[in-house]
Amino acid sequence: MDMNFTAAEIAFRDEVRAFLKNALPNWLSAKVKSGKRLKKQDRETWHAALNDRGWLASAWPVEHGGPGWTPVQKHIFEGECVAAGAPGIVPFGLAMFAPVLIKFGSDRQKAYYLPRILSGEDWWCQGYSEPGAGSDLASLKTRAIRDGDHYVVNGQKTWTTLGHYANRMFCLVKTDTRVKPQDGISFLLVDMESPGVTVRPIVTLDGEHEVNEVFLDNVRVPVRNLVGEENKGWTYAKYLLTHERTGIAGVAFAKQGMAHLKRVAQDQKKDGRPLAHDPLFAARMAQVEIDLMAMETFNLRVVSAAAAGGAPGVESSLLKIKGTVIRQEITDLLRRAVGPYALPFTPEAFEEGYNQAPIGPDYAGPVASAYFNMRKLSIYGGSNEIQKNIVAKQMLRL
Amino acid sequence: MDFSLSEERRILRDTAARFIRDSYPIRLRHASTASEPGFSRAMWSQFAELGLIGALLPASVGGYGGAGEDLTVVMEEIGRGLVVEPFLATAVLGAGLIAEAGSDAQKTMLAEVIAGTQLLTFAHGEPEGRYSLAEICTAAVRSGKGWTLTGRKAVVANGDSADMLIVSARVSGAPTDENGLALFLLDPSLPGIARRGYASVDGGRAAEIELDGVTVGDAALIGPPGGACPVIERTIGRGVLALCAEALGAMETCRDMTIDYLRTRTQFGAPLGTFQALQHRMVDLCLEIEQARSIVILAAGKLEAPRAERERTLSAAKNLVGRVGRLVAEETIQLHGGIAMTWEYALPHYAKRLTMIDHQLGDADHHLERFIAFSSTA
Repeated sequence: MDMNFTAAEIAFRDEVRAFLKNALPNWLSAKVKSGKRLKKQDRETWHAALNDRGWLASAWPVEHGGPGWTPVQKHIFEGECVAAGAPGIVPFGLAMFAPVLIKFGSDRQKAYYLPRILSGEDWWCQGYSEPGAGSDLASLKTRAIRDGDHYVVNGQKTWTTLGHYANRMFCLVKTDTRVKPQDGISFLLVDMESPGVTVRPIVTLDGEHEVNEVFLDNVRVPVRNLVGEENKGWTYAKYLLTHERTGIAGVAFAKQGMAHLKRVAQDQKKDGRPLAHDPLFAARMAQVEIDLMAMETFNLRVVSAAAAGGAPGVESSLLKIKGTVIRQEITDLLRRAVGPYALPFTPEAFEEGYNQAPIGPDYAGPVASAYFNMRKLSIYGGSNEIQKNIVAKQMLRL
Repeated sequence: MDFSLSEERRILRDTAARFIRDSYPIRLRHASTASEPGFSRAMWSQFAELGLIGALLPASVGGYGGAGEDLTVVMEEIGRGLVVEPFLATAVLGAGLIAEAGSDAQKTMLAEVIAGTQLLTFAHGEPEGRYSLAEICTAAVRSGKGWTLTGRKAVVANGDSADMLIVSARVSGAPTDENGLALFLLDPSLPGIARRGYASVDGGRAAEIELDGVTVGDAALIGPPGGACPVIERTIGRGVLALCAEALGAMETCRDMTIDYLRTRTQFGAPLGTFQALQHRMVDLCLEIEQARSIVILAAGKLEAPRAERERTLSAAKNLVGRVGRLVAEETIQLHGGIAMTWEYALPHYAKRLTMIDHQLGDADHHLERFIAFSSTA
């Protein structure tokens, strides 16, 4: 057993660090670290920098423009990016749609779409959830009816993250209603500029606009935009759940959050001494930190097994649950750490160029909003309860 | 990065696992705990023959391992089999202290330990000291060319049957000073030593040991008088790791028994495992057990790290294992229902051992405090 990185992996880490030092603009990492809102252009700037280096599509095979990294290299890359304050890579095209396309799409589709994802020409969003289909995704109702060489699509998608930036949407639609729900779903690519597509913002509990609802009203989609076979969409959607999920624990985010929490707890005072030295608060922080130490090793065990060719099964679900719970606990402690200064609600302060003095310490502004925003972690990507159902099914085999 | 076991350790694990599975049924364990000295000397000899005692000690004293991973590999199987023989008291703590600080003459005794013919224990904790490492009131006073020891040692694991005792005592300083501690190797038949042995709730044995003016020569000293604290800390650290690994083995057995039970026990016309309220609790257990396994791996890898990093990680492990151990013990009893309330069923004996591990060498709170203290210096 050897828990250290190899010399080659350390060299790779240094290469990533050197790249980040040069390619990640200071203004951009400052924006990320201070919790400012990112513009579409900010994200595109970062994608372009990564693409220039050939590192944008970390999960793709080399022949399609991926860097050919091992799971350990991907893990190192993700960790270094978060630590440096790089914006997160928008996953919808790169990490969610592309792997499905590479596995199940036609050569013509791959040749057309993959380069446009890398270049940023296409911004994809995900059309899975519907108002009546959340955890029970297979019960989705959006209907696609064949009409010559088109499908006519009617329905409504929701929780469409950054859908207001997207020009394309990969979605699950119902193409056969006579069979059991999972057997009548197809994977269809919709041009967001088509007539009949309407995007409306959903303002989330923190007052932010990140997600949308998408209405599809007699939208005509060419049949060539079907991925794989008709009625096999559920298989393609599930494929994502078992692949490329080694980053699911969000260890790097949790470690960064923990480090930030410690700095805040050093700065905050209680009875004239740092909050970090208050036995009660120190115990709460330490408990989470210990859980995080264990999870980091758990995650490395899974990454290392994946590098040896194993496909993570229930471990992905377990890591998703633990990772999200830990990250939520950290945001909870951050919120408590700032005390009364969690209360001021100043969303204007998250905008670039805001130059008024902060109310209270500068780090206090985003913490309550972030706490509420992070409630999503245990809901999205298959809620933690759904993950438990998946694990229980595998484990109990009943 | 490679989390797989080396070939040698895989063989060690399989040897231990196979022997315990085939030759250590729980009825034998119950019979041993009900007889004197609370375990089987014959079984202990067999463990010695298999090399399981030697595996916990370094080659420098005639052992075949002694690294963190050797400890965890063996102790996991000890936990899985609910073994009551004195691995912790004799092989990890007693022999560990001698291997670490003993004189050459004292180290010759370790050949007998490895052969299974010599039982040791570490009489360290005191009635008022709780889990503290340095809070030692037992006094060792210079008298002529020797020492006179007076004090009381509490809940000494296998203290009633050990052939030799290693006793910590204070030669100088206030009761909580880290400086001023010494270790003595004592024959329990010496005048002035009284042992009161008893059963522990998890099937083990322990003793209260009274030292009333026990006189020994300098040859009884293990290491220099006054400077024993670092030796004690390192050895207790090995004990902490051993207990964490033992707990992990017990947890996994509890998990597997409970999964089997949920699959086979039917109520309301369906297996228990079809009920979501139970499924989710079972998944929570599996997740926490993976966390426990992960931190045991981490701690085993840090056993030779610099002090603060080592102690911080060991305390993190004991804290997490303490919390998860309680969860597994309580939840697997609950998931089974009434059957787990019976003496006849094996699971509650595992649950008792798991729970009592938190009462040995520091509980979850004690180690949380230590984790915080060492984090500021790590």
